[in-house]
Amino acid sequence: MAIKPSIIFLTGYRIYVVAFFVFLAAPLVGAGMFAFNDSMFPSLPWRGFTMDWFFNDTEPKLGMFHDRRLMRGLYYSFVIASCVSMLSVFVGTCNAFLFVRYKFPAKDFLYIVMVVPLVIPGVILGISILLVASTIANGAAATLSLELDFLRPGIVLVVLGQFSFITTITSLVVIARLKKFDVSLEEAAFNLGASRVRVLRTITLPFLFPAMAAAGIVAFLVSFENFNTTLFLVGSEAPLTITMYDRMVKVGSTPVLNAVSFFLMVGSALLALVSVLVQRSKPLT
Amino acid sequence: MHSTAEYDLECDQVSKHFGSVRAVDDVSFVIPKGSFFSILGPSGCGKTTLMRMIAGFEQPSSGDIRIKGRSVISTPPNRRNVKMVFQHLALFPMMNVYENIAYGLRCSGASKDVIRAKVHDVLERISLPDVANREITQLSGGQKQRIAIARCMVLDPDVLLLDEPLGALDLKLREAMKIELKLLQHQFDTTFVYITHDQSEALVMSDHVAIMNGGKFVQIGTPQELYHKPAAAFVAGFVGHTNRWAGRVSRVESGEVEVATDGGLSLRGIVRGTVSPQVGDIVNAYVRPEFITAQRSAGHNPQADAGQNTIEGRVDSILFNGANSRVLVKNRAGELIEADVVLTGDEQDLKPKDEVILSWPVAQTLSFKD
Amino acid sequence: MQKDIKRLSFLLLFAPFALWITLLIILPHLGMLHISLREKVAPRVYEFGFGNYLNFFNEPIYWNTLLRTGSMSLLVTLLALILGFPIAYYIAKIAGRRARGALFLMCLIPLWVSDLIRAFGWILLMRETGVISNTLQWAGVINAPIEFLYNDATVIMGLVYTTILFMIVPLVSTLDGMDDAMIEAGYNLGGNGPTVLRRIIIPYAMPGIVSGCIVVFMLTAGSYLTPILLGGKNSSWFTEQIYDQFITRYNWEAGAAFGFVLLAFTSLVIWGGLKLTGQTLNTTVARS
Repeated sequence: MAIKPSIIFLTGYRIYVVAFFVFLAAPLVGAGMFAFNDSMFPSLPWRGFTMDWFFNDTEPKLGMFHDRRLMRGLYYSFVIASCVSMLSVFVGTCNAFLFVRYKFPAKDFLYIVMVVPLVIPGVILGISILLVASTIANGAAATLSLELDFLRPGIVLVVLGQFSFITTITSLVVIARLKKFDVSLEEAAFNLGASRVRVLRTITLPFLFPAMAAAGIVAFLVSFENFNTTLFLVGSEAPLTITMYDRMVKVGSTPVLNAVSFFLMVGSALLALVSVLVQRSKPLT
Repeated sequence: MHSTAEYDLECDQVSKHFGSVRAVDDVSFVIPKGSFFSILGPSGCGKTTLMRMIAGFEQPSSGDIRIKGRSVISTPPNRRNVKMVFQHLALFPMMNVYENIAYGLRCSGASKDVIRAKVHDVLERISLPDVANREITQLSGGQKQRIAIARCMVLDPDVLLLDEPLGALDLKLREAMKIELKLLQHQFDTTFVYITHDQSEALVMSDHVAIMNGGKFVQIGTPQELYHKPAAAFVAGFVGHTNRWAGRVSRVESGEVEVATDGGLSLRGIVRGTVSPQVGDIVNAYVRPEFITAQRSAGHNPQADAGQNTIEGRVDSILFNGANSRVLVKNRAGELIEADVVLTGDEQDLKPKDEVILSWPVAQTLSFKD
Repeated sequence: MQKDIKRLSFLLLFAPFALWITLLIILPHLGMLHISLREKVAPRVYEFGFGNYLNFFNEPIYWNTLLRTGSMSLLVTLLALILGFPIAYYIAKIAGRRARGALFLMCLIPLWVSDLIRAFGWILLMRETGVISNTLQWAGVINAPIEFLYNDATVIMGLVYTTILFMIVPLVSTLDGMDDAMIEAGYNLGGNGPTVLRRIIIPYAMPGIVSGCIVVFMLTAGSYLTPILLGGKNSSWFTEQIYDQFITRYNWEAGAAFGFVLLAFTSLVIWGGLKLTGQTLNTTVARS
């Protein structure tokens, strides 16, 4: 800025910014640090550093890596997140081509329709999908005596429920990238004799790849941490967030939950870092 | 490839309509083998659309396009042996130089050894033998230009299209690339079709130039013909620098007209264009600055020479530009006229407020009825 | 030929979009609407009617909860804007090139961590035996443990924390697109700090502001975990009522009706906000 605000103002401003970031970090530090406290409760006083809540294999201080239910939750979360991520990147990429490359009636309206799932409360998405799936399953069972198990609460419904709004996120990410694509690159490739499929494979998709990878990572993380939508659609295969919630509400928390939190934070941070690196890896155009 | 066809590229009554807009309107031309052909026109004249039809990215509304005598109307762009250098070059940023040049050869299924040999050969020919493993971002503007041409030439095209490829370069490099392009064209001996709105690019490089305006070809000819014998008022005004007077014909006599200008002058000129003017018609008269001589009047009256137009005026300002210097002279009617002068830097040079007499040959006063 | 290929590829690309939107968004909401409009007159016997909705309006506890949720969400939105704007401005205009990227990423950190973990963190900090209470006792400021959880202020703080990054991100991207010369010209032509802020910066950032507000409001009104965990059993958040009808009472008809009431209510608030600021969805949220 050309105008130098007064030193006092600027210092105050800086203090505010620092305070804000302390505020942002506070609960994460709070959740993470007790993972290393050698105590049965996630609270002060500090009783010394331990890794037991990660690796110990005996009760009462059963570490997270030896806790069957938590590990199973982690596994289900991973399966669900992988499915959601692949599906939503695929559909998001299709949507990007649809909205960037084609002209069709009511395009502006349909674009808004595409964005809307992001702002529908997750609770409502969850129950509406649950309702319709159960209605169809009940109908099929009553009239055709057909058991459509995949429409009962379970992994398939959780994947569909998360997919329904995560696709909006992946679409927006890929659309932003595709808009920056110089169409003359494709024309140049055609001109040099490439077929449509070859152009897509050698020119367009390599250009889109960083955005697709980033979208996939975001989708994976959002799916992994989703609670509101999942809560209504979950069957017996509970993903990690649901397992943790049950533990917190019913059993009361031990530092093993802090260990899981710490583990997830580190995992997310690493994935986020990867997505940043992928986006920056090659300065294209 | 053996072909008996006389022309590399023929366009026969090609038109392209976008709704009610006629982007390209009934354009016909032929380009002989191995020549440098430019299409010159202001932006929006339809030249890019024409080029995209030749490359196959647009389908003509009517008419036929033939390459080496064979119609390519139903041939998709990736099967035409017409290659194109794009305005912003469109080099693939995700590949290095070698991969960029090899791309077309790979598409045609050439073997690895053939590809390697051809790529290195073409890099030699554009005098960049050592850049094969560079990334595109590591090249200079001029190098990128040559790589874009090499990428096309390695495929032995019948015609190379160039869509204003010098537009993004700075002035010095652009001047150098003009000469380089001409040399490359000689070296490859392939037909180049060059699209531009910059007349100096077209005039310097081309064997033939087509002037395009409003979707139509106004005139096709050598650069000299276009400059000295414009067939239409648009060409006279668009190509090169010129003075223009509008007026009414007061007398017609065997190819010559006398024009009473709106400013009250009386000029004689020769008739150009397709329509012969009659007495009373409105015409435009064009005179290039290099044909006008400016002399200090020094008291004596201008002699009425039969072959000359003369008018009096006063120097308004000097436009110094080395060998291309001009004076801006204001005549009695307040019109500004440009004339070339030689400025040597000594006392004899014209100065502002000098009274001068301007004269130029009647034969260089080109009069068009629009 | 070319046209047929174009048409075919359009259909192939349109199909996933159409399937996604119709099967997972439109059909479920229509189904929910259908269920919300039937009344149970006897076991397994239903009648069409607005009874579920009438029930909502006749029971003050329900619409009071909705109004409370709505007004607290508006407050959260306002706080997120006031607290987030200076941060966004600092990132976009004051911080150096390098710091900018790092600060922006730091703003996103909470996004990468589950709602549940964030709320869990707050609980550990703020409960009676938590870190803050302990620290204050140790410092001698208070002499008995204090419970900071289970009050409205904490719920609001937790919600602001959860949603503020959705305010900051669109603000940073709009402010980033603003030419610094515009601000300089504002000062150059004789404006002072507040006038430049009011007359130049805020009007320019309006699409970002409205977009951020819409997302924050929707997320807050639809949130479930944060009010429950930080507010306890009497946080009276409307999504809790929906959950309650569905899962605890197994009354799907009422739950569906409540869901629609929430959707309608939030849509109405957003529509009003757009009208008030003269923006449209196209200029704000749908702008990418």
